[in-house]
Amino acid sequence: MDNDIIPKQPTYYEEVERKGYSRRDFVKFVSLMTAFIGLEQSAIGQVAKALQTKPRMPVIWLHFQECTCCSESFIRSSHPIVADILLDKISLDYSETLMAASGTQAEAALNNTMTKYKGQYILCVEGSVPMGADGVYCMIGGKTSFQILNEVAEGAAAIIAWGSCASNGCVQSAKPNPTKATPIHKLITNKPIIKVPGCPPIGEVMAGVIVHYLTFGKIPELDRLGRPKAFYNKRVHDTCYRRPFYDAGLFVESFDDENAKNGYCLYKMGCKGPTTYNACAVTKWNGGTSFPIQAGHPCIGCSEENFWDNGRLYDRASAFAGFGIEADADTLGKVALGVTLGAVAVHAVATNFGKGKTIHNHIEEGNESEHELES
Amino acid sequence: MSNKYIHIPRLRRVYVWELPVRFYHWLNALVILVLVITGFYISNPLGLLSHNDASHQYTMGWIRYFHFAAAYLFFFNFLFRLYWGFVGNKFANWKQFIPTSKRFFKEMWVVFKIDILMLKKDGKEQDHLSIGHNAMAGFIYFLTFLAFLVQCLTGFGLYAGMSSWWLPKLFAWVPAIFGGDILTRQIHHWSMWFFILFAIVHVYLVFYHDYVEGRGEISSMGGGFKFIEEEMFEKNAHQTPNPEKENGKK
Repeated sequence: MDNDIIPKQPTYYEEVERKGYSRRDFVKFVSLMTAFIGLEQSAIGQVAKALQTKPRMPVIWLHFQECTCCSESFIRSSHPIVADILLDKISLDYSETLMAASGTQAEAALNNTMTKYKGQYILCVEGSVPMGADGVYCMIGGKTSFQILNEVAEGAAAIIAWGSCASNGCVQSAKPNPTKATPIHKLITNKPIIKVPGCPPIGEVMAGVIVHYLTFGKIPELDRLGRPKAFYNKRVHDTCYRRPFYDAGLFVESFDDENAKNGYCLYKMGCKGPTTYNACAVTKWNGGTSFPIQAGHPCIGCSEENFWDNGRLYDRASAFAGFGIEADADTLGKVALGVTLGAVAVHAVATNFGKGKTIHNHIEEGNESEHELES
Repeated sequence: MSNKYIHIPRLRRVYVWELPVRFYHWLNALVILVLVITGFYISNPLGLLSHNDASHQYTMGWIRYFHFAAAYLFFFNFLFRLYWGFVGNKFANWKQFIPTSKRFFKEMWVVFKIDILMLKKDGKEQDHLSIGHNAMAGFIYFLTFLAFLVQCLTGFGLYAGMSSWWLPKLFAWVPAIFGGDILTRQIHHWSMWFFILFAIVHVYLVFYHDYVEGRGEISSMGGGFKFIEEEMFEKNAHQTPNPEKENGKK
């Protein structure tokens, strides 16, 4: 009776055909994906072969403390096949947002996949796990997020942490983090975890990560923070089309000023591009239409850890923890500078009293020598 | 003839700062000045107005270039100084900076009482003999070395991502332990203030020691010599001028 819930897995290509895509569409899609995941042209054949021969990969997609923007981003990635086969047809056995089943049926589907494909399925996690108050802040079917995560992660081949929530905790974990929202890598340590941060991550990036896993059967090369290098090894700043204005020292001083109209660099408007690793300036959003900086808005660094607590969005100065929202490092530095100068001045004056006799003796001595010298 | 001047204490010339130490000192001062100024500019550049295209100027690019060039000089200069801490004379030795004995702390306390609080003993002003660094100064320099280290680690850590040379790439792990470039950049920025505050106190104290002790503190970083009263040698005859020994006790 398993087949009622999980039909026999056809290959991706079979699914594409069934959906009415031509061979040409399929090859276009494969080329696009190969480019996105940073492979060379010769790998197109490999990707095509994988999609034609490998059965669809069972995927369980869990939603915890999140806003579903990752799912939204994913189903809007530029190429329709992404949504059609990777998501709609990805064999998405369980996804609270997108599955047809609900209630007991949904739970049954989840259990089914977990037992039938033990050790083979990909676990996608969207959202952070609240650990505060024994996890009651986010419960599904009577279980806490942490319980569910543990159970499902047990039989997963790999885990993809979608978005900043699952990768870094995101805004739910902003100080003082009332629910103790915790990213996945701090809870599950015995499985390979791919972090795909961003709020949300770019749809094509998400598709690219999955296609990479499908093609090679292993997780893509990750950087030191666990993010796929193909998408996260460059700063937004280093790939930004406004970079020449930065190097020239031409900056927007306020929104809507002449410089903004000229398209100058948004660095002084608090752009976090120089500290943010993402593919926004290359892949762009909504099918390559634009990205925040192109729309005239500074990058807020949404794919970086702690971007929510690391200072203001529209200011480069960083807030200094514990000194109120307005104090930044330079304000404190100036105060320290004043205090130091004051202390030095006081000490300098005091020296003439505290060491007066010594100084006097030296001067006497020096004067005497001066007199004794014949002119 | 000689009797005529006998009441003036004779000064002995002591070679304290060897040429490499002096060279290190002034190069360090120069590059730190460049690093602080360019660093401030990078963190908050001037609002330039230009009718030129971006391709006609490279202002920020040059400022950053000077920052990075100065950073390399700073780094290698720092490495050189560490090396010299093992092969230089006794005043340059690493033991002048890292407290390895109880006496080191004792002398620090003496310096604190005599130079900072300016306490008198039996109504008499006190003096202490530290021909090289006094223990307090040595320890503060040790802290500056730690600050150097922090700046090198965070600076090259931030730089690693845009470099193709292996040396900066060795530091790529640094931003990773801070969870990314944001915090790393902030630490780099905060630590810079230590250098500014240090420089003020340092320059002031050089003038202070020169003024109060009259042993040529300021000029010592030029010619390398300090001038020490002969009687001081006799008082300390049993101990070479070494802050580790109790020079503070008179």
